Amino acid sequence: MLQAIKRICGDPLGLVGLFLVALMVLSAVLASVIAPYDPIALNIIDRLQGPSFKHLLGTDQLGRDLFSRVLFGGQVALKIALISISIALCIGVVLGMIAGFGPRWLDNIIMLLFDTIRSFPTVMFALATVALVGPSLSTVVVIIVITSIPTYGRVVRTQTLSIKSNEYIQAELAMGASTFRILSMHLLPNVVGPLFILASMDIPTVIALEAGLSFLGMGVKPPTPSWGSILNDGYNLIRNTPWPIIAGSIPLVLVTLGFTFLGESLRDLIDPKLRKSL
Amino acid sequence: MSKNVLTIRNLSVNYQTDQGTLQAMRNVNIDVPKGSIVGVVGESGCGKSTLISTIIRLLATNADIPNGEVDFEGRDILTLSEDEMRKLRGDRLSIVFQDPMSSLNPVLTIGKQMTDIQYRDKKTMAQKRQRSINMLESVGIPDPASRLNQYPHEFSGGMRQRIAIAMALQAEPSLLIADEPTTALDATLEVQIIHLLKQLQSTIGCSVLFISHHLGVIAELCDYVVVIYAGEVVEEGTVSDVFKRPQHPYTEKLLECDPANIAQKTRELPTIPGNVPDLVSLPSGCIFKDRCHTKIDRCDNERPQRIDAADKHYVSCHLRSPQ
Amino acid sequence: MSVLEVNDLRVRFRVQSPLQALVRGNADPFIDAVRQVSFSIEEGKTFTLVGESGSGKSTLALAVARLLPSAEGSIKFNGSEVTSMSDSELMDYRKQISMMWQNPVGSLSPRMKVGSLITEPYKIHGLNDRDRKAEGRRLLEMVGLPAHFSQRYPHQLSGGQARRVGVARALALSPKLIIADEPTAGLDVSVQGEILNLLNKVQDDLGVSMFVITHNLNVVRHISDHTAIMYLGRFLEIGPTDTLFAEPKHPYTSALLAANPEPDPDALREQLELKGEVPSLLNRPSGCEFHTRCPFVQSQCKDALPELAGEESHHYRCYFPIAE
Repeated sequence: MLQAIKRICGDPLGLVGLFLVALMVLSAVLASVIAPYDPIALNIIDRLQGPSFKHLLGTDQLGRDLFSRVLFGGQVALKIALISISIALCIGVVLGMIAGFGPRWLDNIIMLLFDTIRSFPTVMFALATVALVGPSLSTVVVIIVITSIPTYGRVVRTQTLSIKSNEYIQAELAMGASTFRILSMHLLPNVVGPLFILASMDIPTVIALEAGLSFLGMGVKPPTPSWGSILNDGYNLIRNTPWPIIAGSIPLVLVTLGFTFLGESLRDLIDPKLRKSL
Repeated sequence: MSKNVLTIRNLSVNYQTDQGTLQAMRNVNIDVPKGSIVGVVGESGCGKSTLISTIIRLLATNADIPNGEVDFEGRDILTLSEDEMRKLRGDRLSIVFQDPMSSLNPVLTIGKQMTDIQYRDKKTMAQKRQRSINMLESVGIPDPASRLNQYPHEFSGGMRQRIAIAMALQAEPSLLIADEPTTALDATLEVQIIHLLKQLQSTIGCSVLFISHHLGVIAELCDYVVVIYAGEVVEEGTVSDVFKRPQHPYTEKLLECDPANIAQKTRELPTIPGNVPDLVSLPSGCIFKDRCHTKIDRCDNERPQRIDAADKHYVSCHLRSPQ
Repeated sequence: MSVLEVNDLRVRFRVQSPLQALVRGNADPFIDAVRQVSFSIEEGKTFTLVGESGSGKSTLALAVARLLPSAEGSIKFNGSEVTSMSDSELMDYRKQISMMWQNPVGSLSPRMKVGSLITEPYKIHGLNDRDRKAEGRRLLEMVGLPAHFSQRYPHQLSGGQARRVGVARALALSPKLIIADEPTAGLDVSVQGEILNLLNKVQDDLGVSMFVITHNLNVVRHISDHTAIMYLGRFLEIGPTDTLFAEPKHPYTSALLAANPEPDPDALREQLELKGEVPSLLNRPSGCEFHTRCPFVQSQCKDALPELAGEESHHYRCYFPIAE
């Protein structure tokens, strides 16, 4: 673990990624401490202000402090990303291992399920679901979970299939080890490495999806702050002031870059073939 | 012109690793006389693959060569430019690898691969094809003209190794490097490949540097043998001399260990106790001293020099030195 | 007494799915990987199976361990039929046999330490009353590895060391039978001897029976009591090892013996070089399956498969056995 951090620090892009991710996580966790104002407190007198020492990123049309809204919006984004990706990971790993290790017919059924889900465009699927059950934070989570399970499941299945033919799995079978033991002790540890990279590269996608849905008014319900709804407000006000758009997009860009850099750096770290020196 | 195709002098290769500098080869001398087959014997970790990579100049990026010369047909390979080197590879100098399953491109037909490597020749496609057919025929592939259109997976392991040999010898190189070409094959195929190599070598007249850990194969095929241990040449000479009268205790032990040499049935086979030394922190003195059964005091501190044991038979061992 | 008795065993692989077979009108969409195989292993003795790649020798081993189903025939272990064992009987069977795999490092789970690897059989079979650390030390000592090796991962071991770990794990439950697939594959000559000596010692000390699979005849001579030569899934010759080496009856056996270059440059080799390669199981030759490569082939060989014949314990499948 220490060595991993050391290696990431040796890679400039990875270092930038690590810094940006740490910045986002810290500001989201400490949002209530750092934020100078209540993110949903109205202050009509101070509305549509540019950046100043009083309001670092200015205010929106209702006079809410944009800096505080960005911080709390980050909290929402991170929460959704972490919750939905962890749930999708767990289900994906289980289904993928069952598909890869289990009997052929079960594999076929699970694969058919995955392919069906993946054949829907994510945004269309999301719009349809929201239209059915209405926008909310948990709807967003459910949509993301369902659409990302096949991605993880497929990776796990492929890995399982290739590891299954290794001699050490045969050796375990010959000793009489149970399927559960083989899956949990011998397959899982060899499968999770690449998955974490995939997940870390998925986080920005999920954050962007949440922002997109909220932008369309189909994600997090107002007045809860979200980067997407900040952007939407900014979009409507673009003729009056550019600040809400800037305030909403900067963190989105930085976080996307941060997780992507970190993910790539992690991938280089784990895949020994891509490692530069021996 | 010297009478050697390949002359390696005082060659050392280091790798920079996390643990420190790994001295994979130290002051190695090897001669490959024109038209002869030279066998290199050594166990895993002795530096065989480093030797090959150095000769074809495809060393890993963390390797460096502090000293030495690799003279190939009068030119020092180590000083050639990347471009000049590329012209040598596959033309004057070619190689057959250990694994016939992975040394051919699976998505191209054999014919495509065999005509592609003739890109240097200004011949028509039909002529190149004919050359490939002749080559396949000479390595004993039945019905070569039609098999040219097949993909590698349609051939068995032994056939693929024959094709690899045909491709390597197509340009009639002056030196063929064979990196354990029979290790992945069954015994009955191994014999076939050895005989094929020997026969092709005498028709083409090239030299062969044959790397193997199989003493029986070396005895069968080679004229000269070089014994490598932990990155140093410990003994070299003609095959009959070295195998009949081994001078270095390592060679002696190695020959003794080969189960084919043990005619009497036994439950207690000879071994060489101990492990290959750590090449990052080299021991002083003789490299083999920790596993040697005839060690003397001198071996602890003094590195043995290369001495003449007989005509063209060199050994690095204190026991053989005159004092 | 025999520990293992195999009778007329047949192992088949499906090459076409039922649907494919139906569409193509193929009544028999199977190939025989092992066919008409019978042998027995005596207590405390070693039986060796020799064959080239594709001969079905590993398939036979997997079938004996019931990691592959067998189509016909019987496998009796200490008198009880293996092919019809229930799950719980099978667990008990797996406690009494153990396997050593071809790839010394690759058969060890890469993210487990040696200490856990060699004591894994205890965990699998729920033997929790034992002191696993002490057992680990005992097993490592038995195979001649220092105790601190229990902290190493498989990739930190050399081929010979990994092989020793494999032996230690195979010995954990004091099995009656060890099945070893190519125990010397990928090892240096000097290490080969060490592993063979270790196997011999283990057998002398514990009286365990061994079923060794190899393509290396040199190895066979020093460890085995009985040897069978396998070709395309069938035994071509079977008998006491010494007899087989001294008076091979089948041309294939004698070619295998000749195919072994001795490290002696002046050695005059019997030039019995085989032409061609092992045919594919998909199109077995007619008659004697070896006839396509046999230097002494006659027209009779192409028509009918010769039966196993011979005297006492030495049997061979050939119309024209080599005379003395």
